[in-house]
Amino acid sequence: MSEGVFQPDQPPAALDGEGRDLFSKFDELIATRENLLAQGVEDPFNLVMEQVLSPTRAICNGRDTILLGTYNYMGMTFDPEVIAAGKQALDDFGAGTTGSRVLNGTYQGHREVEQALREFYAMDHAMVFSTGYQANLGIISTIAGKGDYIILDKDSHASIWDGCALGNAEVVPFRHNDIEAMDKRLGRIPEGAGKLVVLEGVYSMLGDVAPLAAMVAVAKRHGAMVLVDEAHSMGFIGEYGRGVAEAQGVLGEVDFVIGTFSKSVGTVGGFCVSNHPKFEILRLVCRPYVFTASLPPSVVATAETSIRKLMHGSNKRAHLWENSKRLHGGLKALGFQLGTEEPQSAIVAVIMPDLERGAMMWEALLKEGLYVNLARPPATPDNMTLLRCSLCAEHSAEEVETILGMFERAGARVGIIG
Amino acid sequence: MDRAATDERIRALIEPFNKKGIAITEATTFAGDLEFDSLTVMDFVAEIEDAFDIIISMNQQAEIESYGQLVDAVSQMAD
Repeated sequence: MSEGVFQPDQPPAALDGEGRDLFSKFDELIATRENLLAQGVEDPFNLVMEQVLSPTRAICNGRDTILLGTYNYMGMTFDPEVIAAGKQALDDFGAGTTGSRVLNGTYQGHREVEQALREFYAMDHAMVFSTGYQANLGIISTIAGKGDYIILDKDSHASIWDGCALGNAEVVPFRHNDIEAMDKRLGRIPEGAGKLVVLEGVYSMLGDVAPLAAMVAVAKRHGAMVLVDEAHSMGFIGEYGRGVAEAQGVLGEVDFVIGTFSKSVGTVGGFCVSNHPKFEILRLVCRPYVFTASLPPSVVATAETSIRKLMHGSNKRAHLWENSKRLHGGLKALGFQLGTEEPQSAIVAVIMPDLERGAMMWEALLKEGLYVNLARPPATPDNMTLLRCSLCAEHSAEEVETILGMFERAGARVGIIG
Repeated sequence: MDRAATDERIRALIEPFNKKGIAITEATTFAGDLEFDSLTVMDFVAEIEDAFDIIISMNQQAEIESYGQLVDAVSQMAD
């Protein structure tokens, strides 16, 4: 996501005018939002799920709805073994740790989930954070210090940009997935400076993957360390679900993999895995790891159980690919403009002509009984408005056909397709 | 690099980004006068970096508010 806003988009508003205060800078956004809601559209950013029936169905704003906008790629949220592990941990270890990982917040379960991650990735070290956001924030801001250079894709997720902003390194973005642009910038870094290249496996807005094999090779030629965020690929892409780096055969050359428990794993939390021999020192120097409470015992227990099951998820991975291909092909045939020519991940992004019609289409789909994500600038690249569909391994083939019917009717009604 | 030559090249590069055809002086500001948002800044900076074979990190960009400051910074870096 292009949320790399280090500077305000508008000059700071004067504070001395009538009725002006620190909130005046939000006036434009408040007006855009009121304008949208005044057209009678249900608020796309205020949906409530009153009941969750399964990984793929919920009662949303009172309607039985198919969920096509969650990151529950592998459908682990209602797995009976995962739930049982969480309940047991609640009984045995209580509701929360009330402490930092480095003080009283490391329970047996935190060690066990880190062991599960080391096995999942076949790597030497794993460090679990309270969220995926904090994993990027912590690792990036800690390893790249003053005088070092971070070279990153300009469509990087907000947590990557915020990790850059929190640290003191020189930050240099390059054009999305542009190998030559990355190569040139690495070549211009002063002799002797430390270099960190930050990439993502799957970019979550358009659902496209990075050319990691080529990019990692270029980074290594320049002597840079490489960090890859595999949040949207873990569990699904690659033979063992280790992500795009695995699928492209370069996982062994990636220095740090960042991931999350809040997508395929089905709960919440973040992590970094690495083979670096000095990795463990990060536990003492990484502030977003040290200065926050650790995950509750039930969460690490559900995560561990889920990660171990994902190691053997090849049938589910195959079904999810079938779903992604069918939805992508079906939407294309209906005449929708999509974010990628071919399906590359579990995310299929449908490009809307503008925010107004995007919101109308979003609402029309909701009334059909389908939830998708409405994504708008500045989270999206090139100021696009997107309806992002993220598939689940638990969507049946029939459900995907139902979804296509809903898109066809809603698209015709709103005038997105002919 | 000679400041006048740098100025001439940057003036040409800024053209497609200057959507409102603002007359550019040394004092013209990117955020205020040219209304560049953060994405436009990124694209514009990438063009300059490639044209002069330099790096202008985001940290350095934060110090550059006006056109004149940019020309100064680039002339210095491209030396």
